[in-house]
Amino acid sequence: MLKISNVETFYGKIQALRGVDIDVNDGEIVSLIGSNGAGKSTLLMTISGVNKARNGNITFNGERIENRDPHKIVDLGICQVPEGRRIFSRLTVEENLRLGAYTNEQGKHFETDIKEVYDLFPVLSDRKIQRGGTLSGGEQQMLAIGRALMSKPKVLLLDEPSLGIAPKLVNQIFASIKNINKEKNVTIFLVEQNAKKALELADRAYVLVNGKVTIMGSGQDLLKNKDIQAAYLEGGTKN
Amino acid sequence: MQKQDIIKSFKDSLFTGLIALALFGPIVGLRTASKGEGLFITPQWGVVFLLVGLCILGRFLININSARRTEIKIFSTLSSKFSSITEDKAKHFAITGILFAVVFPFLPFTDRYFMDVAIMILTYIMLGWGLNIVVGLAGLLDLGYVAFYAVGAYSYALIATTFGWSFWICLPLAGLFAAFFGILLGFPVLRLRGDYLAIVTLGFGEIIRIILINWYEVTNGPDGITGIPRPSFFGLPFKRSPDEGEMSFHTFFGLEYSTMHRIIFLYYLILVLALITNYFTLKIRKLPVGRAWEALREDEIACKSLGVNPTNTKLTAFAIGAMFGGFAGSFFATRQAFISPESFTFIESAIIVAIVVLGGMGSQTGVVLASIFLIGITEIFRDLEQYRMIAFGGAMVLIMIFKPKGILANRKPTILMHGDKK
Repeated sequence: MLKISNVETFYGKIQALRGVDIDVNDGEIVSLIGSNGAGKSTLLMTISGVNKARNGNITFNGERIENRDPHKIVDLGICQVPEGRRIFSRLTVEENLRLGAYTNEQGKHFETDIKEVYDLFPVLSDRKIQRGGTLSGGEQQMLAIGRALMSKPKVLLLDEPSLGIAPKLVNQIFASIKNINKEKNVTIFLVEQNAKKALELADRAYVLVNGKVTIMGSGQDLLKNKDIQAAYLEGGTKN
Repeated sequence: MQKQDIIKSFKDSLFTGLIALALFGPIVGLRTASKGEGLFITPQWGVVFLLVGLCILGRFLININSARRTEIKIFSTLSSKFSSITEDKAKHFAITGILFAVVFPFLPFTDRYFMDVAIMILTYIMLGWGLNIVVGLAGLLDLGYVAFYAVGAYSYALIATTFGWSFWICLPLAGLFAAFFGILLGFPVLRLRGDYLAIVTLGFGEIIRIILINWYEVTNGPDGITGIPRPSFFGLPFKRSPDEGEMSFHTFFGLEYSTMHRIIFLYYLILVLALITNYFTLKIRKLPVGRAWEALREDEIACKSLGVNPTNTKLTAFAIGAMFGGFAGSFFATRQAFISPESFTFIESAIIVAIVVLGGMGSQTGVVLASIFLIGITEIFRDLEQYRMIAFGGAMVLIMIFKPKGILANRKPTILMHGDKK
């Protein structure tokens, strides 16, 4: 469905991605783990078209998308939940959700779509007219995911949904991600530093080191992999 | 209060005095006077010491005041009066305000002078509302807004004097021209933000003014354009003695001729134009494009990830903001009947930005209050001539001290829940 081949992205002269190859199949949850600065967020931004790939190509259902504008990529059905949530803090929860539906707000499905988001995250429904900035970190993450869902994506790109969120809420958010994948048939491409959670959730997973994929396999296999245990799972993330 | 607090605030106010001395010393202290042949410097240290003393005292009082956590009575009542006008009450305020504005020309104390000031305030309100789209909603700091005001005024003047078309045809054309210039400015600044955007827009404002001065063949340079047609009341001119076989406003309605007729008409004209601007802004805020402006102000990357096209969104904001500036410019041209580049200097842009910022970015009612306050203050102190700019600056400082986020800082949500009365 989403095929990334040999993608190289630069920030000026600095090369952030050194030929990344990743496949995401329809209906899967695919996780990408890696340490700080490995290029995970750069890869998501490159898929979304915010950063441009200098070499390589990205295809979505057979269509080349690596040189398209971000808003056209969203139109195709790829939506990103950016790192750090980036909700519109002075706008209300409902206004945030409406912006998620920017590409089809006048569409007739709007009311049912927004209801689906409220069913998925009931806490948002209680806070409709509250400003986004007054929500807790976890609620903001839910809002960011809900906002992305409003664009009716086929693939949801999630950038570190566990960042800076209470562990209890992290479990809840990961449960909703699974739910979105199974119930709503949205393909998930998840980028995470919380390797254990990301691998447990994933059908398949990749490890990114210095802008290159070093290991790939099923989520369960990678959890048992000695190298990964040493580098990403031992210490700190044993919850 | 602690003794050390007093010492600290005393030291602080002495430092303020030092700055005041550095500023006032050369500016006020050394006065050049021409006596006979050549310039002579006459020192006036007495005035300098008076001013410095006032600064020290004022600073000391502010310090003590904030240390005590209480406010001087006059300021606290002033500021609580402003805070009581929240956006919740804004609707009542708006209706009362509009009603007052409608009956204003017929109030017993209203004379020619009041009408002129009211027209000026309304012009600034309209400009403030127009700029509010760009600065308040889309968050693009535009320091060259006067350029669109100028483009509107000159397009109106040139079209009206060249083709002799009526106000109602020239007005939309002038608005279109201004919108076109808005897009023209928009393209090069698309990638800029914050300070850099402000600098480029500032330059744009100056470029337009300098073109107006130098393009003599078209704009008549610094001499300006004279004889711009006055607006007519739907075809009825405001003339004392209409041409043969023509009706004029007072003969048609059987009234005694009065110059006030035209003034009152101009007043209602700008009132309607301003209200249209406001109505349009309130409506567009609830549409996807208006919401996208606000989202862009909050976070551009999030916007991109949601499929908002930042290029188009910014350009529409510039174009629509510029269009209303152009409308206001047309009004200015038809009211003055004479325009020259001197009316479109940077200080105009600065005043309009000040109105938007002091009003509380994005607040429509705030713009009204700030316009009345700032333009009113400069009018009240008109007799003080050059010192009235000090009053203007003082007013801004006062607002920034007591209402740092603007007079009305609360953003009103565009969506209210059904059945939710609040």
